[in-house]
Amino acid sequence: MSQTTPVTDPHDHPPHLAHHYDTPQQQMASGKLGMWVFLGTEVLMFGGLFVAYAVYRHNHPEVFEYAAEKYLNKIWGGINTLVLITSSLTMAWAVRCSQLGQKRAMVTLLGLTLLGGVAFMGIKAVEYHDKWKHHVFVGPTNIYRQAQSPAQGESTASAKPAAPAADSARLKQEDPNIGTSDEPRLRPLAAPPPGLAPAAKQRGGAEVHDPQRNQRLLVSTFFSIYFLMTGLHGLHVLVGMGLISWILVRGLRGAFSPQYFTPVDLVGLYWHLVDLIWIFLFPLLYLIH
Amino acid sequence: MTDPNTAVQTADHVHVVPPRVLLNVFAGLLVLTVLTVAATYVNLGAANIWLALGIALAKAALVALYFMHLRYDSPFNAVVLLCALLFVALFVGAAVIDSHQYRVEFEPPPVTGTP
Amino acid sequence: MSTTQASAAAAGPDEPAADNYLTHRRGVRSWLLTLDHKRIAVMYMVAILGAFLLGGIFAVLVRTELLTPKPVFLGNAAREWDLYNHLFTLHGAVMVFMFVIPGIPAIMGNFVLPMMLGAKDVAFPRLNLLSFHLYALGGLFFVYVLLGGVLQAAFGIHLPGGFGLDTGWTFYTPYSTGKSITGVIPATMGAFIMGFSSILTGVNFVASIHMLRPRGMTWFRMPLFLWGLYATSIIQILATPVLGITLLLLLAERALGVGIFDPALGGDPVLFQHFFWFYSHPAVYIMILPAMGVMSELVPTFARKHIFGYRFIAYSSIAIALLSFLVWGHHMFVSGQSPLANAIFSLLTFSVSIPSAIKVFNWLATLYKGDIRLQTPMLYALGFLVLFTVGGLTGLFLGALATNVPLHDTYFIVAHFHYVMMGSVLFAFLGGMYYWWPKFFGKMVDDRWGRIAALVVFVGFNLTFFVQFVAGSQGMPRRYASYPEKYRIYHVISSIGAYLMAVGLVMVALNWWHSLRRGRPAPANPWGSNTLEWRTSSPPPHDNFAKAPEADDPYDVSAWRFDQASGGWVHEPAQRGFDVVVPPTKA
Repeated sequence: MSQTTPVTDPHDHPPHLAHHYDTPQQQMASGKLGMWVFLGTEVLMFGGLFVAYAVYRHNHPEVFEYAAEKYLNKIWGGINTLVLITSSLTMAWAVRCSQLGQKRAMVTLLGLTLLGGVAFMGIKAVEYHDKWKHHVFVGPTNIYRQAQSPAQGESTASAKPAAPAADSARLKQEDPNIGTSDEPRLRPLAAPPPGLAPAAKQRGGAEVHDPQRNQRLLVSTFFSIYFLMTGLHGLHVLVGMGLISWILVRGLRGAFSPQYFTPVDLVGLYWHLVDLIWIFLFPLLYLIH
Repeated sequence: MTDPNTAVQTADHVHVVPPRVLLNVFAGLLVLTVLTVAATYVNLGAANIWLALGIALAKAALVALYFMHLRYDSPFNAVVLLCALLFVALFVGAAVIDSHQYRVEFEPPPVTGTP
Repeated sequence: MSTTQASAAAAGPDEPAADNYLTHRRGVRSWLLTLDHKRIAVMYMVAILGAFLLGGIFAVLVRTELLTPKPVFLGNAAREWDLYNHLFTLHGAVMVFMFVIPGIPAIMGNFVLPMMLGAKDVAFPRLNLLSFHLYALGGLFFVYVLLGGVLQAAFGIHLPGGFGLDTGWTFYTPYSTGKSITGVIPATMGAFIMGFSSILTGVNFVASIHMLRPRGMTWFRMPLFLWGLYATSIIQILATPVLGITLLLLLAERALGVGIFDPALGGDPVLFQHFFWFYSHPAVYIMILPAMGVMSELVPTFARKHIFGYRFIAYSSIAIALLSFLVWGHHMFVSGQSPLANAIFSLLTFSVSIPSAIKVFNWLATLYKGDIRLQTPMLYALGFLVLFTVGGLTGLFLGALATNVPLHDTYFIVAHFHYVMMGSVLFAFLGGMYYWWPKFFGKMVDDRWGRIAALVVFVGFNLTFFVQFVAGSQGMPRRYASYPEKYRIYHVISSIGAYLMAVGLVMVALNWWHSLRRGRPAPANPWGSNTLEWRTSSPPPHDNFAKAPEADDPYDVSAWRFDQASGGWVHEPAQRGFDVVVPPTKA
């Protein structure tokens, strides 16, 4: 039952079979289990972001509806979904080819998968750029954090004279719907429970009680969540692309065979996870209605 | 040292997914994607999000079972994925339930003077 | 088996191998790039003990400051105790992330797990090496934070990213995301990286236990230490990623100003606490489960008796792992969590005590009518039983809503968690180190000084922390550098206890150091345990076993007999077949 320890360095084992495994099947199954456990950790990590999403959407559904309708394009999102699904198909097929020793087909399919990743990131870049054009950023530079709302009809008292007008003028140029009946409206805040509305006080300057301001700030929160979720996902797509490139090169060099294709299989699992996460991100972010 | 209780794939050949299956799953995913986009044009109120999540779950199941081989693998791998999803659900549920209880609009401090 | 074979089998593993894992290859590179789980364990040991020393020094400094309500050396004349805040924060962060969480799994788990499986290595040796380097890298970030603090305090030099850390190890927002000017960002990055070390170790252990068990070792014939490590790994896999995302969100909030935890921006600080404790509560079970695993090895070995209630202990380990995820809200009873959530979490908290208690009763039943040997590892195990009981019971007081309100954020909490994290985990850690030390290094540790040091540590520990229960119930708040005169007596006693404990721990360190230099060579099985790591020489050869051992009941201690000549136990399994085993001495 035991293997005799070779006289030479025990790490000079037969190719692909590590010395602490008895059979290639045991090694392969072990690698798969390990990969699934790791994917489980990725699910939990993204899960945290879904928690933040769920809490904020549950508490402020109107903010999410407003922001998603105004800034998120279903078409681009849908195309990206189809791109990732197709790349999953080509990846699964590439794994099949590696199991059958079909080297040329495998390499081609891996290349196509990689292209899918490129397309996805390209569309993401377009989407991000579109938002940045409208000054919708992560963090304090987000236009919804500024004192004056970019949306029409929500001016507050004692607004800064020049900047807000310039902002809304610029936005109007870029988005002709602003100020028209086609623009999605942020519904007014429900009155806060009694006792919680701050009493108007004079404190050396005009105190402005602006119920709309809260909702505007929350639009920036939506975008924080949006950028964090899609950003972290995009980072995983990039990592996946790197891994696919790595096994593509190895595949070209003939490293894989029907006896040893584990890396292709495991990278495939990672790529499918990236697709899985997007499958949930897409309806939750883009299809809010 | 391989114990039959532990080894999950002692057969010499590994299951290879037929192209027919791959393409059928792909078609199913396309259909479900179209369906989920179409569903946003129908107003079902609160049920919309559950429908969207249900469709997403179906798509995820297709990817996991066939593209990721779970259908043909050791069942423990599926247990791992299900456990992870279960714990995410636990976390989401608890956080939402808690924040629902004090669902007060957070009023930021009032602006003094010029904004 | 013939006489000659019996004596050959008895003599073989006891002779130190000419080439063992320590001498197998030499040079720094052969250590830093090793794939040998034993060497990785030793490297972890050096780093982790270093972290313990650092955290301990901080503790001693904190306790010294607390001798009097006036500033001693961590505060200034204006009664501002910035330095004090840094020190208790760093004590907590270093101890939790760099000592208690990795401690037993990284050192003893890595070394012993494959050997208990009769295997040559863990499932993924390269991943194991990566885990170690991630730990070291994360540790470097903490060192940077500390260095920044020292440079700022002593010389006024400001390192980029902030210096020191004063948020408390819990990093609560909005202080950590806004007002604090300290090294939150590098500290968070360090913890994030170390989290991945923990995750990858969990992945490795799960795969190893599933895939590398030998013929005959079914799940219920596995040593309970492995059940403990398996349950720990489940938690590491499911909880640590949530810490990862929590820290990422903290970073995003602080560096990018995203605002999801900041009420001024429409955010929710309690949400941060949900995120933080969803990991950090299960994390404390990452700490205790391996310790309980060690207990399940020490108690039967030193009581010379089969473990009582094997299946109960095994199932309890899994139950603890799963239930640990349902109780995190008990850290937030007074933080603004809703009354509904409070009630649910309080109820669930009581449930998690049940499997822990089951284990304690099983260990006690194992001791009952056992042939107890009070060697050093056993003293730590007995200490664990006492201290874990205290810590666990006081946890119940804290789990009840009504009693939690006056006790929260007082010294009662501090005492509670030190009883479980230190009184229990540290004691099991020390017991395990003494137990497996001969296997690691092939040297015996002087047992007389070991026992003296154990007693000093035990007395010092109780002196330090028992009075803190009293102080806390009298209202002394935690993390305060100054206090009304009526609490002074508690602080003085506690600080004296801390010094005594430090003395005891220094004695332990000297004990180990002396063993390395002049310890008696260790036999293969100095304690008479039946788990598989004792079937090979001390220290083991590079490949662990010259011949793969047969797995049998891990707690069948009757299979061993103490051999006066070699000073170790020799294997003489009960006669089951027709072969007669004639021990050499009776020939």
